[in-house]
Amino acid sequence: MAKIIVVTSGKGGVGKTTTSASFATGLALRGFKTVVIDFDVGLRNLDLIMGCERRVVYDFVNVINGEAALNQALIKDKRVETLYVLPASQTRDKDALEQSGVERVLDELRQSFDYIICDSPAGIERGAMMAMYFADEALVTTNPEVSSVRDSDRILGILASKSRRAVQAEEPVKEHLVLTRYAPERVERGDMLSVDDVMEILAIPLLGVIPESSAVLQSSNSGVPVILEETTDAGSAYADLVARFLGEERPHRFLTTEKKGFFKRLFGN
Amino acid sequence: MGFFDYFRANRKKQNSAAVAKERLQIIVAHERGSGRRRSPDYLPALKRELLEVVRKYVQVEQDQIKVHLDRDGDCEVLELNILLPDDEVPARPAT
Repeated sequence: MAKIIVVTSGKGGVGKTTTSASFATGLALRGFKTVVIDFDVGLRNLDLIMGCERRVVYDFVNVINGEAALNQALIKDKRVETLYVLPASQTRDKDALEQSGVERVLDELRQSFDYIICDSPAGIERGAMMAMYFADEALVTTNPEVSSVRDSDRILGILASKSRRAVQAEEPVKEHLVLTRYAPERVERGDMLSVDDVMEILAIPLLGVIPESSAVLQSSNSGVPVILEETTDAGSAYADLVARFLGEERPHRFLTTEKKGFFKRLFGN
Repeated sequence: MGFFDYFRANRKKQNSAAVAKERLQIIVAHERGSGRRRSPDYLPALKRELLEVVRKYVQVEQDQIKVHLDRDGDCEVLELNILLPDDEVPARPAT
């Protein structure tokens, strides 16, 4: 049975699309047939982050409206065998995401995929609600910063009260915290909320901490999900996150600053 | 900037994460209201620690302590109920 996982946050710019792209790619690298869907109708960007923007012909809304078959709209990734992207429409608005239509497309995807990753837009408007509604699990992407944590808490409230699982009184949506743009040196200086602080406030299990990293911008520049840049800090942090999601034990890395040796101290980096 | 200002400014800066945490805890608790169904996660730990303290003075069983959190509009009431054993002789008589 396919699992539907929403990547959400409330606040914009915290790393939802980056996380969606790398999480989906990571699952596909493990051999699972995975599709990542862009719910940000009107402001699509997942295609750019995945590097398939020039291959978009039909989109999610076309499929909902019956203007294209699902197979016509799905873009097969050129790097990872079992990975597919379903882009959002750029010319419509979020009202095009009608609930029964979204459900029909998800049901069809369920037939052939192991994982369906829903990349939510920011906010709590229609697009975000639709991305969350059908979710079995949620990756709550949060920055160690007051507005992001507050918005994430709000999102957790919505998942617990307005998702399909909540409305139909089923087992609640399984929540995972993904803390992104983490800067250990700023935490040690007392300038940034720590992992423990955020966990204490949001009170959901931690799936992964992604360090603030220049690799994220660099890989988005070239349209490569950062998890494919295996040697980078952010890339390996996402690989760990995927492993943990699949039940493997992986210690959290990048939580403390690298101890600088004498020469590094002396000569800088 | 004076000599002491340097320390003051420095201290203020160092605490910004702690300030953020405190502000967040307050605003989040306020906004959660009844929307979020989970009960506070600290309740079991609170119960355990309270029991430890009580046991320093009176021998009570695990099930003789009840902690309950109620929400009445804007007001939260933490109710703590400890059943003391009947035959307990007070260490220091009140007389």
